[in-house]
Amino acid sequence: MSAKRVVTFTVNGDQVEILCEPRQSLLEVLRDDLDLTGTKEGCSNGNCGACTVIMDGRPVVSCLVLAVEAEGAELRTIEGVACGSTLDEVQAAFLEGAALQCGICTPGIIVQTEALLEENPNPTEDDVRFYLAGNLCRCTGYDKIVRAVQAAAEKRQVAASN
Amino acid sequence: MAVYSWPSREATAVIGKEYDRLDGLAKVTGAAKYTYDVNLKNQLVAVALGCPHAHCKITKLDVAAAEKTPGVVAVHIFEHAAVGSEVQWQGELLAVVAAESEAAARAGVDTIKLEFEELDVFTEDENLDAAEKAERTGKGGGKTELEREPGDDDDEDEFIEQEIARLFKASKYVVEGYYGIDAITHCCLEPHGSTVEWKDGKLVAYLSTQNVSGTDEGFARDLKLTSDDVEVKCDYIGGGFGSKFAPDYWAVAAAKISKETGRPVKFLLSRDQELKIAGNRPSGYMRVRLGADENGVLTIWDSHHWGTAGYKGGGVSQTVMPYVIRPKNYRRIATTIKSNTAQSRAWRAPNHPQACAMSQTAIDDVAAKMGANSYDVFAANLRAGNVDSQHPDAANTYLAEMARGAALIDWKANWHAHGKGKSRGSIVDGLGMALHTWGGTANNSDCRLKISPDGGVESFCGSQDLGTGTRTVIAQVLAETFGLGIRDVRVNVGSSKYPASGASGGSTTVGGVSESHRRAGQDALEKIFELAAKELGAAANSLEAVGGKVRVKGTDKAISWKKACTLLGLKPLEVTASYKRGDQSTLSSSGVCGVQMAHVEVDKETGVIKVKKFVAVQDQGLVINPKTCKSQIYGAMIMGIAAALYERRITDPKSGAFVNAELADYKLARLGDVGDLVVDLYEPESERSRGVIGNGEPPAISPKAAIANAVANALGVRVPVIPLTPKRVLDALAKA
Ligand code: FES
Ligand code: FES
Repeated sequence: MSAKRVVTFTVNGDQVEILCEPRQSLLEVLRDDLDLTGTKEGCSNGNCGACTVIMDGRPVVSCLVLAVEAEGAELRTIEGVACGSTLDEVQAAFLEGAALQCGICTPGIIVQTEALLEENPNPTEDDVRFYLAGNLCRCTGYDKIVRAVQAAAEKRQVAASN
Repeated sequence: MAVYSWPSREATAVIGKEYDRLDGLAKVTGAAKYTYDVNLKNQLVAVALGCPHAHCKITKLDVAAAEKTPGVVAVHIFEHAAVGSEVQWQGELLAVVAAESEAAARAGVDTIKLEFEELDVFTEDENLDAAEKAERTGKGGGKTELEREPGDDDDEDEFIEQEIARLFKASKYVVEGYYGIDAITHCCLEPHGSTVEWKDGKLVAYLSTQNVSGTDEGFARDLKLTSDDVEVKCDYIGGGFGSKFAPDYWAVAAAKISKETGRPVKFLLSRDQELKIAGNRPSGYMRVRLGADENGVLTIWDSHHWGTAGYKGGGVSQTVMPYVIRPKNYRRIATTIKSNTAQSRAWRAPNHPQACAMSQTAIDDVAAKMGANSYDVFAANLRAGNVDSQHPDAANTYLAEMARGAALIDWKANWHAHGKGKSRGSIVDGLGMALHTWGGTANNSDCRLKISPDGGVESFCGSQDLGTGTRTVIAQVLAETFGLGIRDVRVNVGSSKYPASGASGGSTTVGGVSESHRRAGQDALEKIFELAAKELGAAANSLEAVGGKVRVKGTDKAISWKKACTLLGLKPLEVTASYKRGDQSTLSSSGVCGVQMAHVEVDKETGVIKVKKFVAVQDQGLVINPKTCKSQIYGAMIMGIAAALYERRITDPKSGAFVNAELADYKLARLGDVGDLVVDLYEPESERSRGVIGNGEPPAISPKAAIANAVANALGVRVPVIPLTPKRVLDALAKA
């Protein structure tokens, strides 16, 4: 086993310093070392999107990022999406729009949506379907997800213009 | 004792209204702890070695090096993997290594020395001739039903052959065809598994399960305990679909290792193990000949189907064939095949999706042959009484639902005869429909209800919420009963220490928990009314609980709910209620219909199919929460699109290897793959008055047949086997 390394990054605004093995994925470190279990693992090879987090403003599947690659990065996970005890527009839209069922894919989809709306505040239905195509859901009915994303986008835009 | 009943539609304040899921908040914030998120202090992580070959005899399994691997604490060899044992499918777990970390456990697994003798493998379940040659077939039963005239009772076999021949001869249209549907897996996004620990000689198992109250016995039996010594907990679960009813031998192994080492153990299957061993649905392939009269009304059906449910044989039951549309005269025969694949598990509506996919496609081909509108042929059969359904008024219900579906998908405007639509370049479009049925009798359910003197209401029930809305529905039932809001009641499910409630399978949960909680609620309310009656100077039976008050009906004489509860004195009121399957009740019932219609586009050059619009019309008796109810249907439609177009277990015929047991290769529907989905809840008073019926299974049945029929309508050619992959579409076109 190779020597452990110290890695420093911020998660949801908090600076963390951890000792990790070079082979450890960011997902593993988030879940097992930092107990941020909101980020899920569905496949560990980049095919389900359940592990999506935002790294320096870009969505990444954290199962395919090594923890050491996150050195100096700014990370945002599902736990950092709500503002204190208030849900943000995307979370509220998913809840109200019944865009989740078992919910295990939901954190990844919400985080990916945050990244989408950051990049494109007014996505068309096609934009949504394309941007979220990497996120697998086995039980909800994606239809509701598309609608929730669009509802959140609209709400955010209205809020921004006020 | 109270007469248990639901209030009328007009009188409800909470039931029948849309509410967000109570578990939704925890899910959208990432706070929900699934089994897989439970990490206990000082826990070991277990990783298993799966068998690489689909049929072999173990000649050596040496774990000495694994035991010495740094970080490894325990190694367990499964009984079925002892030297000399025969393993019947790829992926079967042979040994498990528990270590300080997952990486250490994996490193330990990598050192295990396994040797085996390869045995003959058979996984070609579609190929009946090959199965016969390999002596892998068995009898799957059958039935012949022929209307008899007096004097028709000569030699039975001779009569059958002659009568079937006569019926075909008298038929205006005869269709002969081949139809099939491949095996698929459950593919739960949260794999099967558990985290377990022992506390004072008792086992606590955080298990990803659809059966909280029933799995404690499973552990107890295998670990020689009583079920009182086991607590199974499951707050959130990432999918089960019928595959998570038992602890499974791997959770029992986790418990054994935990006992042996004195440390908690976390053991979840890897993704490939999840696909290979933790649940699949049997395949089905059928040759059929059917005859119909000038209106497409079936006069005779003669089918033989085969397929596999795994190494023990089995397959799609013959009892559900032909599906829903069933003529008076039919013969059905089934052959089972023993394949070197893991034994199947219940998959949403066992047998029905395959039966529907095999038989309603054949019926649609009658319409194609006639050049008739499929809608008219289905309707003609219903009107002629060719119907086999669990709904007590099936034909009328299907017809009513078909009319609604047709309006939603604009059937009339979009219809063209099979293969006769206009094409846009290489794109053609088509419509298809299918019908289904399911029982859904409420499951046994007990619950305990506690009403505190401060007005607090809390319930306890050993049911589980698969995300389908069990908690929310229970809260609505209690809130309605006590005239409160759903946030005023606290619902507890997910522990085997609560009063027992049935497994969530077969669309039985919503009925079961509604029964137990409404009963407990009405019983408790009766007691509170007795106390409030004195206070209000009115008869107990003249009171009602509405809007946070206990009120004399038809007056504004009332006391607040809180005040009424203070009359309990110092002690809370505890009520238990029990519903057992078969109890007479107006609260729940069983037997539903359901119609689905698909509008698809097919590219004749690439073979790619796109579902443009997909409509589901579903009855389920009284709907408690339309939002979660619709969610179930949307989910079923997506699973149906995946199974219709993409999903299949692919095995290598030589080695039996399950070659696409990874999400990269096991193709599921993605967000871009599904079109416009429309759900319509059919709930006229005639349905509502039947009480609650579950809908987990019914909407998962029809999608495959409806989509396959739409594709056949678009192309004018039947793509016989589902999933309808581009290659299969192109092959069917080339053959036509
Ligand atoms: S766990 Fe990372 S993409 Fe599936
Ligand atoms: S809600 Fe279950 S996987 Fe998406």
